[in-house]
Amino acid sequence: MDQNNIDDIYRDRIILDHCRNPRNTSPIEYFDLKGDAVNPFCGDEIHFQIVLKGENSIERIQFSGEGCAINMASGSLLSEAVTGLTLKEAGQLAIRFVESMRKPIGEKVEGSFIGELSALTSVRNFPVRVKCALLAWSALEDAISERK
Amino acid sequence: MFDVEKIRGDFPILSKKVYGNPLVYLDNAATSQKPRQVIDSLVDYYENYNANVHRGVHTLSMEATDRFEEAREKVARFINAESSDLVMWTRNASESLNLIAYSWGEDNVHEGDEILLTPMEHHSNLVPWQELARRKNAVIKFIPMLENGTLNMGEVDDLITERTVLVSAVHMSNALGTINPVRELGEKAHRQGAKILVDGAQSVPHMPTNVQELDCDFLVFSGHKMLGPTGIGALYVKQDILNTMEPFLTGGEMVLEVSYQEASWADLPMRFEAGTPNIADSIGLGSAVDYLNNLGMENVRKHEKDLISYALNRFQEAGLEGMDLFGPDDPEIRGGVFSFNTVDVHPHDMGTFLDRMGIAVRTGHHCAMPLIRSLGVAATVRASFYLYNTEREVDILVDGVTEALRYFRDGSE
Repeated sequence: MDQNNIDDIYRDRIILDHCRNPRNTSPIEYFDLKGDAVNPFCGDEIHFQIVLKGENSIERIQFSGEGCAINMASGSLLSEAVTGLTLKEAGQLAIRFVESMRKPIGEKVEGSFIGELSALTSVRNFPVRVKCALLAWSALEDAISERK
Repeated sequence: MFDVEKIRGDFPILSKKVYGNPLVYLDNAATSQKPRQVIDSLVDYYENYNANVHRGVHTLSMEATDRFEEAREKVARFINAESSDLVMWTRNASESLNLIAYSWGEDNVHEGDEILLTPMEHHSNLVPWQELARRKNAVIKFIPMLENGTLNMGEVDDLITERTVLVSAVHMSNALGTINPVRELGEKAHRQGAKILVDGAQSVPHMPTNVQELDCDFLVFSGHKMLGPTGIGALYVKQDILNTMEPFLTGGEMVLEVSYQEASWADLPMRFEAGTPNIADSIGLGSAVDYLNNLGMENVRKHEKDLISYALNRFQEAGLEGMDLFGPDDPEIRGGVFSFNTVDVHPHDMGTFLDRMGIAVRTGHHCAMPLIRSLGVAATVRASFYLYNTEREVDILVDGVTEALRYFRDGSE
């Protein structure tokens, strides 16, 4: 088969790499915020624990989860993308990311996402899998909402 | 003569390409494809005799009524019902089950009564009983399942008590392929005065069905899984039970005489068919039954038994690491359903990968969440066969799964 086909989704192997070797998975003993999201239809789960610096800046984030490659990679990529951001910035990133993932295929995504996070936008080529990429962002919103 | 290549020629969609690859359609437990003959019967109705049925005195209405009732006759004969008056049109198996849960269940299930189910029921044969039990304070029990995905029949006699009013069982599991001994369950149910309901959604399309031989009180099935259109299903109920059942929906078509104060009910089976029925799709289902009869249901069953044996052997030969297969090994008690899970590779990733090769499989819980959970997984990959599938397609599936495992596990091609 044409391997490029499948790489439309699991682009540049970034998603596969993050799925096989997820980042930021070492357990944290003391954390300030936690967020969870579960998709009961497929059984996928994502959990975050966040250590804050000062009142509102993400110093460390720990990710754990279960599920498909896109779900796991999304959790891992998100954890890298939000480290160092303020909660407000992370919240804005989440809104922008979710909005762009929901745009129809072919429509241009405004702005670009930091580093490897842009790999996830390739999931838009396969609409039924978009929800797999969004679960982590629900878990992040759940964590941030604790501070609202 | 069962000639798969010739059969495939009747199904226009099978020549379609998906991502440049020939379509390998292995999602038949979800819905089957439709032969040209069924599609033509729908077009023929709409182009040549579209009219409302019953009571019309004009030519088109009479022709539509004849063809509509002829379709009912065909379906009744297909399951060997004593009379076509015992076969009612519904939208699908789910609606048939809800009809029974209301029209029969409301009057016959009381506080403390027991309903016995299997652990492999589709949500459609589980949720209506949960709701009925909730309304009536009745109890639902389950027949335990053995490791190999079959029922532990040794426990059934103890589970059916004098409080049991209904045993409702799927004939063929949509998630595992297990063919359950529903006739034996029926005998045990009847011995205690309970009724037996057979969910034939997966069995009626794939093997001969004879309600008199099964001695079942209720049989439900859907048209779209047996080459027919979507939106049409059927319900069979034994005469003496049907005579006592109140209508499910009321309104037009199902009445004999109506005054401003009250109404009396029409004869069977129209008593259970309020409103303008799904005329076109009933006729389409009749045409699907013609197609299946032409091939012979014994032959259909044999073809699928051969395919599942072939698939089980091929996957065993391939010796893929970390692959869990679900369902019985014995093709004699298994339909053409091949359900599996692979360690490390999530079913959704497998499904997406196979789709890019043109292979349509289903991934998830297959509307049997409690069963899939009891297998200790969140989801499975399911390939399900029908009369037009070939050994060559099984080979393509084996290659696809092998490639997917390589791609996701170590990234090499």
